[in-house]
Amino acid sequence: MDITVNILLTIATAATPLLIAAIGELVVERSGVLNLGVEGMMIMGAVAGFGAGYLTGSPWIGLLAAIAMGAVFSLLFAVMTLSLATNQVATGLSLTLLGLGLSGMIGTSFVGQPGVRLPNLDIPGLSSIPVVGKLLFGQDPVFYISIALTAAVMWFLFKTRTGLTLRSIGDSHASAHALGIKVIRYRYLSVIFGGACAGLAGGHLSLVYTPQWVENMSAGRGWIALALVVFASWRPWRVLAGAYIFGAVWIGQLHAQAFGIPVPSQMLSSLPYLATVVVLVLISRNKRLTMMNTPASLGQPFVPDR
Amino acid sequence: MMRLELVKRPQRSALFSMLSPFIAFALTIIAGAIMFALLGVNPLTAFRIYFIEPVSQVWQLHELAIKAAPLILIAVGLSVCYKANIWNIGAEGQFIFGAIFGSIIPVLFPQFEGPLVLPLMLLLGMVGGAAYAAIPALLKTRFNTNEILTSLMLVYVAQLFLDWLVRGPWRDPQGHGFPQTIQFGDAATLPQLMPDAGRANWGFVFALLAAVLIWILMGRMLKGFEVRVLGSSPRAGRFAGFGLSRMVFFAFLLSGALAGLAGISEVSGAIGQLQPVISPGYGFTAIIVAFLGRLNPLGIIAAGLVLALTYLGGEAVQSALGISDKVARVFQGMLLFFVLGCDTLIHYRIRLIGLALTKPDGAAKLEAAPKLKEAR
Amino acid sequence: MSANHDGANLLEVRGLTKIFGTLTACDHIDLNIAKGEIHALLGENGAGKSTLVKMLFGSLEPNSGEIFWNGQAVRITSPGAAKKLGIGMVFQHFSLFEALTAAENIALSLDDGSPISSIAAKARALSYSYGLPLDPESLVGDLSVGERQRIEIIRCLLQTPQLIILDEPTSVLTPQEADKLFETLERLRSEGKSILYISHRLEEVKRICDRATVLRHGKVVGHCNPREETAASLARMMVGNEVQAVVRAPVEGIETAQPLLEIRSLSRKPATPFSIPLKTISLNVRAGEVIGIAGVAGNGQGEFFESVSGEVLQQDAASVRIRGKDAGGLTITGRRLLGAAFVPEERLGHGAAPRMKLSENLLLSRHATDGRAFVGAGGMVKSGAVYAASQRIIEAMDVRKSAPDPEAAALSGGNLQKFIVGRELDRRPSVMVVNQPTWGVDAGAAAHIRQALIELSRSGSAVLVISQDLDELFEISDAIAVMHNGELSKPMPIAEATFEKVGLLMGGAEPGHAEHTLETA
Repeated sequence: MDITVNILLTIATAATPLLIAAIGELVVERSGVLNLGVEGMMIMGAVAGFGAGYLTGSPWIGLLAAIAMGAVFSLLFAVMTLSLATNQVATGLSLTLLGLGLSGMIGTSFVGQPGVRLPNLDIPGLSSIPVVGKLLFGQDPVFYISIALTAAVMWFLFKTRTGLTLRSIGDSHASAHALGIKVIRYRYLSVIFGGACAGLAGGHLSLVYTPQWVENMSAGRGWIALALVVFASWRPWRVLAGAYIFGAVWIGQLHAQAFGIPVPSQMLSSLPYLATVVVLVLISRNKRLTMMNTPASLGQPFVPDR
Repeated sequence: MMRLELVKRPQRSALFSMLSPFIAFALTIIAGAIMFALLGVNPLTAFRIYFIEPVSQVWQLHELAIKAAPLILIAVGLSVCYKANIWNIGAEGQFIFGAIFGSIIPVLFPQFEGPLVLPLMLLLGMVGGAAYAAIPALLKTRFNTNEILTSLMLVYVAQLFLDWLVRGPWRDPQGHGFPQTIQFGDAATLPQLMPDAGRANWGFVFALLAAVLIWILMGRMLKGFEVRVLGSSPRAGRFAGFGLSRMVFFAFLLSGALAGLAGISEVSGAIGQLQPVISPGYGFTAIIVAFLGRLNPLGIIAAGLVLALTYLGGEAVQSALGISDKVARVFQGMLLFFVLGCDTLIHYRIRLIGLALTKPDGAAKLEAAPKLKEAR
Repeated sequence: MSANHDGANLLEVRGLTKIFGTLTACDHIDLNIAKGEIHALLGENGAGKSTLVKMLFGSLEPNSGEIFWNGQAVRITSPGAAKKLGIGMVFQHFSLFEALTAAENIALSLDDGSPISSIAAKARALSYSYGLPLDPESLVGDLSVGERQRIEIIRCLLQTPQLIILDEPTSVLTPQEADKLFETLERLRSEGKSILYISHRLEEVKRICDRATVLRHGKVVGHCNPREETAASLARMMVGNEVQAVVRAPVEGIETAQPLLEIRSLSRKPATPFSIPLKTISLNVRAGEVIGIAGVAGNGQGEFFESVSGEVLQQDAASVRIRGKDAGGLTITGRRLLGAAFVPEERLGHGAAPRMKLSENLLLSRHATDGRAFVGAGGMVKSGAVYAASQRIIEAMDVRKSAPDPEAAALSGGNLQKFIVGRELDRRPSVMVVNQPTWGVDAGAAAHIRQALIELSRSGSAVLVISQDLDELFEISDAIAVMHNGELSKPMPIAEATFEKVGLLMGGAEPGHAEHTLETA
């Protein structure tokens, strides 16, 4: 029983950064912007989180720094694609490349240093209830943030007028502009929100998941988060499901390696990436359905007439 | 309160399509100077060590050519993809698979020698790269799967596969347990161009040749026209009778083959054996090279040399000033950012507009918004 | 009913000017709209009508000029500001969101925070009271063009505007639907609302408008009472000179001529979520005739064009036959090699690549048919020959341009369309299929293109023209068929065809289409 609970807990820990980054990107894509820089924003969040935590000794300050770094870094993308109408794919790629380089440079002196870890929640009484106690009341704070964030985004997108406006921009920025909706402003805010989420996800990596700084420690999670959004057909609750499936794959291959299953460890390590490919194939196969779900103006540059 | 406003040009600006890489380079230098100053280094000293010292002797120019060759080879292939609006970002994986395929002969059949070995290796390298690139192409055409994500995921898989090979079945039994294959024999080694002057090998010649051939293909041939039409307006391309699926395969196989050629050239020329890591991110840096060269093969030759210099410069500042060689990555990333930003000037004029200068309400007379700066 | 000339003007515009780069789209425009009048804004494509109304609705910022609303000087800085004043707009290219419901679409343009359900209820009530029934829960993507226009109108009315701007509202309607719209407009006028009615259709302007302002090349060239003018005099004001009338000699003995294009039981499943299936379409186009296909936009014309051109292949090779050969399994290139030529609806991005030169755009459709002339050994393009041929077409079609070989996007709509049509005519194709030959094209260019199509048919080719513009079809066709909901009616010889008959078919009133009878008729 304890093993099961522990595995479930580690799955949740592995799923949390994927979920947060993907939920952020979902909002961005719902507004019609494709930001391929998730990996870069995430790793910048990770290094900022670790650094701030390490220097101040407070994991909470680290977490705030991670969020702020993600947001600021995404602003770079926003200025380029929204104000200068650059190609979103190329700009997103360059954000990732820049993030990987910059984080490596900033983090040179952090390599091998002991980090600080965000403590798990511990509610006396509740947390010690067998099985569910730990799962529900004994996890790290970011886990709760991720669940709340998912619920909040769901509510925001589908129950509020502002959320409706955001979705309408993703469907047709030209129509939205004709109605007087501030397309660029909405998109700026969406991109920055997505950046903050990616930063938070990175912060989770370096302050909870493995509280240390390792170069390239995001290891493709930003890209998997992007794939999750497609997999989820741009629906928040499916992102949640997808993130936990991937969390399970990630943890599963680690456990398989630990148990010494007679398969090369490299093959197990490549499972999450292969799973991403397989899942993408399965979900995109139905062209009609994909077209229905994809925000129609996704990735299209928008320059208003003046 | 200021606002940026883009004004579409009636025609693309020929001036800015030439100038934009240079403006971008200048902006990168300025940003780099600020970065060095923040790191506590005199920017002038840093730039001398970064950009000038690494290329002040002939043997260093050879090193530059060694670094530039894979960048140019890969970037030239990627430029065809990007012109066709097909986003292959998995060149790093195709590079690795080219290296692996090409190494089959020297690793598994080391006794096989003769003048045929090298051409066969190069051919196998191209086949390996193309085959690995065929996977995202197939998934895109057959299952409508986003090629950006699949080609990238396959990079991680390729890196892990190479890691397994050199630690497992292909490990040199006499290698004291080091994760590497046997050293390639003479017949399997790409010859150096001028062994007395430096290490540069035939890979650089391949790169120049590929660039010129692709330049002719894109500018002079019907196939190149097809690439450009499908990339810029796919519907017009379909109206022209050009098949998008065929184009996806063409672009992926071509760029995969060139990345594979780069991979096997690197292994048989500069390294001499397979190791767990055979590329300092050439496949990703080549994306920057492609854009810095404005997706023009001849521009890419120049851009490849510039980016190769950032690698050498990164190593130089690390040894001379104790700054992390990651500084090279930062330079590369900034360069790409500025290039993309400057490219906006080709299609738009940029106006900065002051918002606070307009009167709040009423007051009827409308004047043209005050222009503070106009880039024409 | 006459206009209220004595009352204060609701809207007064003085010297409004808008400059795009080197083009002065609107040049010192003056315009007065009285309370309770229907005011026409007349002008050709490209005369500056859309630019003017975009400035009135706050989506474009004027370079200079004044706007008075009820005598007060105002600045309309955004569509929101326009709505606050009481200006509502029904766009020509609808500003709707396909993935959202009608009610959500309406909610997006209302600034109050009331829940969607109450907006839906209000919209439903209002739509029925104006006889424009609307289901607020339906997805816009599933609706016909006419229904979409209803959403636009209801959305506009819910804001209780004093001035309603309608941009080319009847271009997407059947004649009967247009009648219904005119009733609605007259009712709004009787309620004291003002309407700015933008159109280039003179008959309907004469019918419902109290006053008219005519624009040409961005300038006001006159104010008039359209009821006192003739269609010809209005046209002269719009165009500036007489437009060459299109001449069409009747054809004799067409029944015995050889069919060059045969469509046999052509069917096609919908390819995208919102597209129309084609249902067993059959049609012959013979050498020497022009057949017109009428229909409201979005009834399968685009899908039909793709199937005939070979951009989409058919299962049954015999469902499309060109010059007696099965072509259903051939690509567009294969069909071109059989002697067919095609002109799609969309100029930029379909018929031409916007950012490519005209000479390159010539190669676009002719790299295979003129392979020997344009492409040399090893696939090298003979750019000299391509350039020379493009100059020949430019001259033949009188294409006006600013540079020797400009990018397609740099040409005006009319000039680009002349080039695209000329590119195909230059081949002397035996089958020519054209979708919307003069959509958004100025009168001079339109007449030129129509005459060229008639002449092509009279020289022995088969010409098929798909168009939403009934005037155009009546001008050039020898017979007219109607497409509705993916089905095609039998061609009606032009001598028997009337606007009313064709209009009824466009609305779906035909045996076999009974379930689609016009709700509003």
